[in-house]
Amino acid sequence: MPRDAAKTTGNPSAGGAEGFRPGERQPASTDLALQEEMLDPPAPSPWVSAFRSLLRDRAAVCAAAVLMIIIGASVLAPAYARFVAGVDPFSSNLEGEILLNGESVPVLQPSTEGLGLGVIPIGPTWQVNGYFLGADEQGRDVMARLLYGGRATLLIGGLATALTLTLAAAIGITAGFFGGWIDQVLSRILDILWAFPIYLLAISLSIVLLTARIEIGPFVIDSGSLVIPIAIIGIIYVPYVARPIRGQVLALRRSEFVMAAIGLGVPSHRILLRDILPNVVTTLIVFVPLMMALNISTETALSFLSLGVQSPGASWGTIIRDGQSLLYSRPWVSTAPGLVIIVTIVALNILGDGVRDAFDSRSKLRP
Amino acid sequence: MLTILLQRLAQMAFVMFGISVMVFLIFFATPGSDPAARIAGKNAAPETLAAVRHDFGLDQSLPVQYAVMMKKLFVTGDLVSFVNRGLKVVPAIVEATPVTLSLVFGAALLWVAGGLAIGIAAAAFRGRLIDRLLMILSLTGVAIPVFWLGEMTNLLSQNRLHDTLFFSWVPALGYVPFAEDPLGWFKALLLPWFTLALGFIGLYGRVLRASIVEIYQEDFIRTARAKGLSESRILLRHALRMSLVPFVTMFGLDFGALVGGGALMTEVVFGLNGVGKLTYDSLQSLDLPVIMASVLYASFFVVVANALVDIAYLMLDPRIRSN
Amino acid sequence: MTSPLLQVRDLSVSFASRKGQTAIIETLSFHVDEGETLCIVGESGSGKTVALMSMLGLLDPRSARVEGEALFKGRNMLQASERELQRIRGREIALISQDPMTALTPVHTIGWQIVEQIRTHTGLSRRAAEARALELLGEVGIARPRMVAEQYPHQLSGGMRQRVVIAMALSCNPSLLIADEPTTALDVTVQAQVLDLLRRLRRDFGSSIVLITHDMGVVAEMADRVLVMYGGRVVEEGQTEAIFSDPWHPYTWGLLDSIPPLDGPRPERLFSIPGSPPQPDRRPAGCIFRPRCRAALPECNLAPPRQRGADRNALCFLDEGERPVARSAARRSEEQPA
Repeated sequence: MPRDAAKTTGNPSAGGAEGFRPGERQPASTDLALQEEMLDPPAPSPWVSAFRSLLRDRAAVCAAAVLMIIIGASVLAPAYARFVAGVDPFSSNLEGEILLNGESVPVLQPSTEGLGLGVIPIGPTWQVNGYFLGADEQGRDVMARLLYGGRATLLIGGLATALTLTLAAAIGITAGFFGGWIDQVLSRILDILWAFPIYLLAISLSIVLLTARIEIGPFVIDSGSLVIPIAIIGIIYVPYVARPIRGQVLALRRSEFVMAAIGLGVPSHRILLRDILPNVVTTLIVFVPLMMALNISTETALSFLSLGVQSPGASWGTIIRDGQSLLYSRPWVSTAPGLVIIVTIVALNILGDGVRDAFDSRSKLRP
Repeated sequence: MLTILLQRLAQMAFVMFGISVMVFLIFFATPGSDPAARIAGKNAAPETLAAVRHDFGLDQSLPVQYAVMMKKLFVTGDLVSFVNRGLKVVPAIVEATPVTLSLVFGAALLWVAGGLAIGIAAAAFRGRLIDRLLMILSLTGVAIPVFWLGEMTNLLSQNRLHDTLFFSWVPALGYVPFAEDPLGWFKALLLPWFTLALGFIGLYGRVLRASIVEIYQEDFIRTARAKGLSESRILLRHALRMSLVPFVTMFGLDFGALVGGGALMTEVVFGLNGVGKLTYDSLQSLDLPVIMASVLYASFFVVVANALVDIAYLMLDPRIRSN
Repeated sequence: MTSPLLQVRDLSVSFASRKGQTAIIETLSFHVDEGETLCIVGESGSGKTVALMSMLGLLDPRSARVEGEALFKGRNMLQASERELQRIRGREIALISQDPMTALTPVHTIGWQIVEQIRTHTGLSRRAAEARALELLGEVGIARPRMVAEQYPHQLSGGMRQRVVIAMALSCNPSLLIADEPTTALDVTVQAQVLDLLRRLRRDFGSSIVLITHDMGVVAEMADRVLVMYGGRVVEEGQTEAIFSDPWHPYTWGLLDSIPPLDGPRPERLFSIPGSPPQPDRRPAGCIFRPRCRAALPECNLAPPRQRGADRNALCFLDEGERPVARSAARRSEEQPA
């Protein structure tokens, strides 16, 4: 689900004053604590045990398998387009014909509806050797575009996630560790970004970025570049991750072992590296699948609004948009990418729940 | 309590100021192109460009430009679209607001009711089949892109199944003002309400269930049991009552975000001329003044909603009230 | 002889874990008489709380398996329906839980929470229930009941909250009060006040009290009879004086020897039982206490017999004749720590 809802799932003032450490538990009462200890004998290392318990989670493993299939299919998109279907997913094919049941059929057929004017693209052939899902208005193979669209969507989702987590970790750690005015400034910036309606922010950014070529030093960003949606999506969700990380670092900073280290004169970079970072990394890992899901749905929404991947490029959102005008005559153009989006996001969320349970048994992070 | 309120108000003012500066900078100070050309639209005549430059004080310093812009938006309200010749921007937004509010209010009712029902039912049957089914359904609801769901709804209700008993009542796409025809208003909005609400129902159901289940681990739930209360009373008056704090918070923020442009895609798909659709249409014609204005109005609405949430928070959680 | 208020026979509780069922409580039997105070002592993890929670049906039925019999006024609590249990809980058996800081729902006022319980069990009107709540708050020594009733839990100190919890527990004149380490989370001075309060209440209301504790000092002050638990079993049971003057089980020796003496020279360091209780899934065969026992014998690998005397028993191989020798040997080894 795109929607601004995403950023509100934590409550604002509970930005996360509690930190957590892998393996740390808070006994609800002595006997319950005892019961828990009993269930989990001491593990070799929090990482190994987290990974093991993830492997035991059948739903998460299934979700991971589904995701591997989707990623694999997207990676193999060129192979499918070139060798199996023999189509070009990006250039229009207005005059093309294909062989169907021994007959040669035009990809764009004269319309029989209404006044009989215009053309209507061929519907799904349900044959892998071309136009499995039919053609769009430009006569392009929807199946091939769907696979290529997966590449764009997953790539943008992944890179935007990397961007969000990097920025959020940097901001959250800086604000939480150094505190004082640095924290004040960063937190206020996060407040502003947080209050900004996400889609309107994205619209504002992309309209400016899309109307102009931007030159920053040696880098030139063209209006069709994938960098634009990646940057937009990567930035808008920063507060969503940075706030809990700030809270966590703040809690760690006040914890006895860090206080002791400071008292002993351990330099801050050592404390950051040895005590703070490992804990933050766990949090970040928990966020990865969930942010992926969020970023993918945001990407498809932006592309649907023509703010993301630009035609003739393809992303799942772009294809749904392309299918809008064919909705009643060739509904599969829009339907298919939507179904793929749903499967992907459900799988990412199930995996995300599994990762969260594995790494953070107390489930303090609940995006 | 009063100091907290004042503090929140100050914070709110600050965030509003910050947002307006950010919007201003995005539109007026991004490197790479001339803001006048952006405001005037594609292929504007040189006279138009000159007029824009003069009008917005673009030859002066950035703070002055900012002041001019804010004056046009909030004091005189005479911001004019150049692409859509002479369209007064502020009145256009005011006119679109009831559409957006109608859409979001109805959807909000649905999703609060649905979210509560699913969250409570799943929590009551936690660990059992019903719980698992509800959670899978919710997750699917969360995963469905709202614009796609809208299209599928249209496909069925306007086209494929329009002539069946189910959907023969569905009017053509578009908005019907409540004052003109209340029943028509209801019919026109019913499917958009469900479309917009579905994802939120799933999300709220999941969040509420998780929150209740977590609260069930608390000692005071054991106390409530030891008091001899019935399971339903424990669930509703203790666990749910505690969960309402995050629930209401979430609701306020989402409601604000939707009124502030989040309902954009639903409006576009169902042809409802709300603020979101207005922004979207301006986006297609690159009509910057309209976008700028709606973004600012929308963000302010979000900020106000956040402030209201904070107040609701104070009402619901006595612990925050006295700190 | 009349039948006891509560008669527990062969109570076993086990929890589901990855390795299958893990027993927490094994064949536990005890009774509580009308009007008496029974103290259950043992280190944390000995299953004291679980035993009583299981009786009240407060364990999660999805993970806990409870077997045996717990007759309260002749009714078997373990077979009772949820509805019957709800009628008993809070009205006939009340619980005072360990940590008053977390025992009250944060979003409701004190008065609301007491009234809720009263009205659940009685037909009192809201007004009458409110009056009763104020009366109760006064009875537990709260100086300004009217003000406290309108406050939220977080506005009160720990001691005040524990008084509120006690007031709530007493609201329906229960015939049995279960207090689960009611003083552990409190300051020493407040501890004394709360114990005082419990004693007075027993005198005034005549309820039986089951007091769970690990503090032998509290036991000496409060108990009529003592139940010593270790590793999910009763290792010794008897009248308080008898247990203090002539403890039978080596575990009880350890508990008693770890009390600081009231007079005479202070020892250099207090004795503590070496080691810690085993995890429930790693309890040794035979006598569970054997690995920590100073008087262990070769036959302790086998299940120990129950030694019985007048009104008391212990789960140990040592019989009447062997006890004094073994105890003085153990004493000596305590003084020269290994």
